[in-house]
Amino acid sequence: MNYNWDWGVLIREPYFEWLVSGFMWTISVSIAAWILAFSLGSVVGIARTTNSKILRGIGTCYVETFRNIPLLVQMFLWYFVFPELLPDDAGMWVKRELPMPEFTTAVVCLGLYTASRVAEQVRAGIEAIGQGQRNAGLAMGLTPAQVYRYVLLPVSYRIIVPPLTSEFLTIFKNSSLALTIGVLETTAQARQIEEYTFQGFEAFTAATLLYIVVTSTVMLLMKLIEGRVRIPGMISLGAK
Amino acid sequence: MFGEFDTGVISDNLHFLIEGMQTTLVLTVIAICGGLVLGTLLALARLAPFKPLSFIAGTYVNFFRSMPLILVIFWFYFLVPHIVGRPVGGFYSVLVAFVMFEAAYYCEIMRAGIQSVRKGQIYAGQALGLTYAQNMRYVVLPQAFRNMVPILMTQAIILFQDTSLVYVVGVKDFLVSADLVANRENRILEMFTTVALVYFVICLSGSLLVKRLQRKFAQ
Repeated sequence: MNYNWDWGVLIREPYFEWLVSGFMWTISVSIAAWILAFSLGSVVGIARTTNSKILRGIGTCYVETFRNIPLLVQMFLWYFVFPELLPDDAGMWVKRELPMPEFTTAVVCLGLYTASRVAEQVRAGIEAIGQGQRNAGLAMGLTPAQVYRYVLLPVSYRIIVPPLTSEFLTIFKNSSLALTIGVLETTAQARQIEEYTFQGFEAFTAATLLYIVVTSTVMLLMKLIEGRVRIPGMISLGAK
Repeated sequence: MFGEFDTGVISDNLHFLIEGMQTTLVLTVIAICGGLVLGTLLALARLAPFKPLSFIAGTYVNFFRSMPLILVIFWFYFLVPHIVGRPVGGFYSVLVAFVMFEAAYYCEIMRAGIQSVRKGQIYAGQALGLTYAQNMRYVVLPQAFRNMVPILMTQAIILFQDTSLVYVVGVKDFLVSADLVANRENRILEMFTTVALVYFVICLSGSLLVKRLQRKFAQ
């Protein structure tokens, strides 16, 4: 194996800045997409546990649609196809005036996709509590909304902390797909450094380390939080 | 808009698209088989009583699970020619990448499956005088596999979707073939909608099948 090692390339101009800016994009895409995924996923997940057939149907359709199309294909659909389907004015606006089009598209796509996965976790969390508590709440005269707000959700969110952590890590890793529509995040920058300098080994090692550091930090942090919010005897009820 | 939706472009390029789908399927099947074999070995290593072995297997799994698949694909696209010493083409590089990457996930599934077999079974095997290997081969693994069939199939569907990521190194799978046609004929709308629909139908049928199996096993 002939290879000229040069670890210095990682701290040289402009490659160091490339890595830093790539990392910033990775973090921004992940966090923005997570906010969307968590809010929408909660709504869809709750919808799937209500008594209304229509709401449950909509929730199921949402989850099945987003789960059964590869994320990369979804990325292309949002980026290339979606503007074409809009009425002319709106389509033009999306194509011409949408601020940071690649970033926005990546966030929307990742967020909507991950929402379908979060929804499944939220649903599993609520179902794990069982019908008894819901009935007890209703019997006490709470409205269905109050039952969710005061009885079901506080418990279910505490049960699903571990699976939600792994969903966040999934969104963090999936943010690398944004490179296919031109967001220069960590993986894209590593690839670019490889193409410019032929120092692929160093560049990919740097990217790998960045991902591992974030993953380990998040896992450590969530372990602490998990310990604090755990309901004794109920943690095993969460979905896998 | 849909008024100009041209289905002709699909039938004209049907042969080309089917070839792409074949690549996707071959990649999926080989990655599943390779990943299963390597993953089972890793799971056995991870559960082995010999500490260094289980540590190495654990590190392997955590390493691959904290990396995005695209980065793994880039890694092997870059590494494999260096190791082999000559260009090998994108297909073989991504094949190695998928087997190595999926093995980490299959290992975790296997481990959960093996641990789902009740301890009493293992003791019974030991009491009968089976060696560790025999106990695994005749008592634990057959039961573990049974428990794991639904989740293994779900993972297969995920893998089938993930193979579309070979796009980043230009291996001509289903998505890349469609992308080529889309750009050549300037029919992006038709091609990507078709691709999404084909993936959707295949994956939905797969996941409905898994649900039926799950109900069957639960009985």
